[in-house]
Amino acid sequence: MRIDWGAAWSALPVLLQGLLVTLQVTLLGMSLALLLGLVWTLSRRSPRRWISYPAAGFVEAIRSTPLLVQVYFLFYVLPSYGIRLSPLATGVVAVGLHYSAYTSEVYRAGIEGVPRGQWEAAIALNLRPLQTWMSIILPQAIPPVIPALGNYFIAMFKDTPILSAIAVLEVMQTAKILGSETFRYLEPFTLVGLLFLGLSLVAAALVRWAERKLGVRSASP
Amino acid sequence: MSGVTIDLELLPPLFKGLTVTIQIFSGAAGVAVVAALGGGLGRLSGRCWIRAPATCYIEVFRGTSALVQLYWVFYVLPFFGIEIGAMAAGILVLGLNAGSYGAEIVRGSILAVPRGQIEAAIALNLTPFQRMWRIVLPQAAAAMIPPATNTLIELLKNTSLVSLITIADLTFQGQIIRASTLKSAEVFLLLLALYLALSMVIRTFMRRIEKRYSLSWRPVGGLT
Amino acid sequence: MNPPPIVRIRGLSKRYGDVSVIEDLDLDIAAGEHLAVIGPSGSGKTTFLRVLMTLERPDSGTIEIEGEDLWLMKRNGALIPANPAHLRRVRAKVGMVFQHFNLFPHMTALRNVTEAPIHVLGLSRAQAAQRGVELLAKVGLEDKLDSYPHQLSGGQKQRVAIARALAMQPKVMLFDEVTSALDPELVGEVLGVLRQIARETEMTMIVVTHLMEFAREIANRVIFFDRGRVREDAPPDEIFTNPSHPRTREFLRAVQLTA
Ligand SMILES: Nc1ncnc2c1ncn2[C@@H]1O[C@H](COP(=O)(O)OP(=O)(O)O)[C@@H](O)[C@H]1O
Ligand SMILES: [Mg+2]
Repeated sequence: MRIDWGAAWSALPVLLQGLLVTLQVTLLGMSLALLLGLVWTLSRRSPRRWISYPAAGFVEAIRSTPLLVQVYFLFYVLPSYGIRLSPLATGVVAVGLHYSAYTSEVYRAGIEGVPRGQWEAAIALNLRPLQTWMSIILPQAIPPVIPALGNYFIAMFKDTPILSAIAVLEVMQTAKILGSETFRYLEPFTLVGLLFLGLSLVAAALVRWAERKLGVRSASP
Repeated sequence: MSGVTIDLELLPPLFKGLTVTIQIFSGAAGVAVVAALGGGLGRLSGRCWIRAPATCYIEVFRGTSALVQLYWVFYVLPFFGIEIGAMAAGILVLGLNAGSYGAEIVRGSILAVPRGQIEAAIALNLTPFQRMWRIVLPQAAAAMIPPATNTLIELLKNTSLVSLITIADLTFQGQIIRASTLKSAEVFLLLLALYLALSMVIRTFMRRIEKRYSLSWRPVGGLT
Repeated sequence: MNPPPIVRIRGLSKRYGDVSVIEDLDLDIAAGEHLAVIGPSGSGKTTFLRVLMTLERPDSGTIEIEGEDLWLMKRNGALIPANPAHLRRVRAKVGMVFQHFNLFPHMTALRNVTEAPIHVLGLSRAQAAQRGVELLAKVGLEDKLDSYPHQLSGGQKQRVAIARALAMQPKVMLFDEVTSALDPELVGEVLGVLRQIARETEMTMIVVTHLMEFAREIANRVIFFDRGRVREDAPPDEIFTNPSHPRTREFLRAVQLTA
């Protein structure tokens, strides 16, 4: 069996359209993850146990169970509660929720990296809690963890093909459809692999650049 | 919608799926350990004909995702006349995928062993192999366990993907039951609970290994 | 006629980038000699020992141990770069004790001492253990055989490291500021062990130290290192009472002021 360059060439435009959906899902999902992650982190720091304990348990449960099952859960269960979302929207919520558990850990590490003295200075200046967070703590906690967040962004990007299981028309699903139409899986699937590889390598280089720029090290996920 | 009740009839097929999931996880974990050691040590090798393929393996498997790799091996390899069956494909691909992350853990932990340890080993005239096997790896291993635990959890989560290449694992069985009973909430909650339980087993097991292995020689809070 | 030196160094140079750390060093060391190496920090003393221990490769020059070149070997009459087997054979004659001990943290004190004798010298476990216990007793640690390094004080760690190096029975032993990482109250116990070794063995000792009293006491020859060169090479009584080089005088005065 040899690669049919013609087939590969004609598959490319359709695949790139799928890739656009993939990127869309990733960007929206990451926005959700960045926001929700902060909510989990702040909830876990709450002095009220009825807030902090469930938040910690929820994050742990999300991190310990497969994204695919979470996707199915949202896709099949939400409608029976009257929440009807498109597959795409379901996918965005699923990856956003899943990765919020990871961003929450990253935020936590960032916040723990802020020296105690900063909190004490904020108290000494009589700042309100909200002011303390917004103007003292988060501006110091977030920049050092940007590369770590970048790594999860890449991880999420690579996880989006899972959404093909609920027929989101991202790049993997597009390739599957192409394959079933032409009975040739070789070209579309190989192209998808190469697209992911290329974009991941570029993104990883960006993360390393950010690490240097910010003078931090991050363990990749 | 009334409250969620768990139907006992759901259990037997789910447990069948659970066995398959555990089989795939165990097989892939074995592959991953070998691949992680080979890849991690290979990438540290001074010889470029060892380092280059190791680096390639790690970058390709980390740069694409588990599902893309599974599909590729399952749908594309047969085009080249290579048929390895769904189960073998699942174990191999998931193992190599986890192994590529493990390789970076191995490499990082080895590089983190202080240079003085190797120098002391040279001064005692140990061979390069003895230095690695007796001095560096035992110390690096202790540092590998916590990140390796996370990689194993990710592997467990990835096993659910084999349901998409026709293997009747836990997720696959869940889908079938959902389709026939339409009790989506019950089925998927049960599934999530089972995966969570497996994750906790893995974490407990790894923590026990870590304790047994390093309690005697590592002071509380790690080495300084 | 003098017997041939056990260590013979000719034209030895070592650079890090543009910085020349050892410059064109010639030195003969006689078997059984106790050579103290003194000099300001950064003058290249550690690098000198590391080159002898084969931890660094010199840029030029030769080192012979008992007449055998360390970094070159003969093949068919020609000298070619040493292969690992040659390096290991000659290196077996040299041992080293490090400033920061470098004990193996995952091994007990006894195993630190027996590991290399078993796997390098091929001793049986029983033989190695017997020798290990003797050596640890000699450095005053017979009750710490099963302790891990993190359970030992700095002085105890360094004594284990000394026993570990002795277990390989090197002809030449290198000591690199073995007390300078220790709390002051622990220095004495390690110096005591060194004195005892100097008294009781035939081993050639090269001792880098910043303790002038100790150098004077233990050495029968002292060299003063300065910017990668040996400025002065004399018996201890001479160098400490009547140094001939102005840099030596300067250094000794500075050391005395801080001591
Ligand atoms: N690995 C290295 N890379 C670059 N410079 C080094 C290295 N090791 C030592 N040096 C430099 O070489 C000089 C001599 O160092 P060293 O031999 O440790 O001196 P000493 O032991 O006398 O204090 C110092 O200026 C030091 O900074
Ligand atoms: Mg030094």
